[in-house]
Amino acid sequence: MNNTFRQAKTGILMIDILPDKCDFCGCCVGVCPEDAIELKEAEIFIIDERCTNCAKCVWSCPIEVIKFNREGVLV
Amino acid sequence: MKTDYDIIVVGAGPAGSMAARFAAEQGVSVLMLEKDRDVGYPVRCGEAISKAGVEEFIEPHEKWITARINKFSLISPDGTEAVVEFQEAGYVLERRIFDYELAKSAAVAGAEILTRAYVNGLIIKDDKVSGVKYEYRGEQKELNAKIVIGADGVESRVGRWAGLKTHIHFKDMECCVQVTASNINNLNANTLYFYFGEKYAPGGYFWIFPKGGNIANIGLGISGMVGKKKSALSYLNDFMGENYPEVPILTSIAGGVPSTVTLEKISAPGLLLVGDAARQVNPLSGGGIASGMIGGSIAGRIAGEAIKMNKLDHILNYDKEWHNRLGKRHEIFERIKNGIYNFSDEKFNNIAHAFNKVPYNKRSLGRLFTTALINQPSLLVDIAKVFVV
Repeated sequence: MNNTFRQAKTGILMIDILPDKCDFCGCCVGVCPEDAIELKEAEIFIIDERCTNCAKCVWSCPIEVIKFNREGVLV
Repeated sequence: MKTDYDIIVVGAGPAGSMAARFAAEQGVSVLMLEKDRDVGYPVRCGEAISKAGVEEFIEPHEKWITARINKFSLISPDGTEAVVEFQEAGYVLERRIFDYELAKSAAVAGAEILTRAYVNGLIIKDDKVSGVKYEYRGEQKELNAKIVIGADGVESRVGRWAGLKTHIHFKDMECCVQVTASNINNLNANTLYFYFGEKYAPGGYFWIFPKGGNIANIGLGISGMVGKKKSALSYLNDFMGENYPEVPILTSIAGGVPSTVTLEKISAPGLLLVGDAARQVNPLSGGGIASGMIGGSIAGRIAGEAIKMNKLDHILNYDKEWHNRLGKRHEIFERIKNGIYNFSDEKFNNIAHAFNKVPYNKRSLGRLFTTALINQPSLLVDIAKVFVV
């Protein structure tokens, strides 16, 4: 694993939100059990130290802009 | 602007606006904060609402009614249409105008409104919510309030900050996408169209709601459980490619509907939750405008009363009042939803065929659900409670 990536609570962060493609709808925030996503009018990011990589946000995103990040590659 | 308010409402959607209005009508000071720069935009909604749902709160007006609905067309996977006709069922709204009007009614009642105010925390003193922290044009600020009303939508973070468990299981999150498209010429202008089945929206439904002048909202909602395998967007792309490949798209939007029963607790010391934030959505239809307004109005009134009586504990009555007004009903809708949730395509087809044998003047929604759930007697009782059979 590439250690230069952002750290999540459980280790290397494996979830990325693509802010340029995001619609800022809030599905991911609603399902996040850790309150680890900050969403403003047109700005979104993961609060690294809260994220546990549970992936619920990935599954709930209606437009596929939250992705798994494995060793720096979005899948 | 003051630094101390009796009541601060977070979020200026229909539920927030009604909370602000009903609170302000009690003569207390109210501020409503909205994170976006504009009320009513962007619209994350299919925009259909029942007539009764509107009229309880606002006089119907042409400028925000795009279509008048008197028919539902429910389309099974094999293309069979089951049509239910109503006397006067409802409207398809222009939410960007409608929401504005609701916010205006709150302002007219005396509430202040501040847009571009992003609430990012609560002030909690002696285990009681006592105000909000917010970011406004790059500056972090604070405001004191005796009562905070969280109307912050599907995200529902205000409740979490006060210790309520508001996050929703991804299975219960209906993940939606919708386009508003032009040149949709094959619709009856007074009919809402619902498509069911694996192909369209497994476990949810696909909708086409006409908005007048060949414009329609076309979209779908699926559970996060389904979205795990295939996203809402890709279902929509498939449908559009097959049915309306060349139509002009006016807007394209994503959204989430917390599609289950109301949260176990929607009040805490100094805090009330309303609308999607409290999960006051009809879990069967996914409709939340009318129920959010009802929740907002109850919360606003109770909060206003509590201030006037100088008895802040009074707000804890909100849970019960909501439960009696709609919460119980939503539990019934949830049971009906669970009854039909896993139906196969074949089952949907059979229901449509059986329903179409019912004499036309007896085809009601109640009859349709009875046809669908005839093998689940306990649910037939539920159907009779919420529909005219």
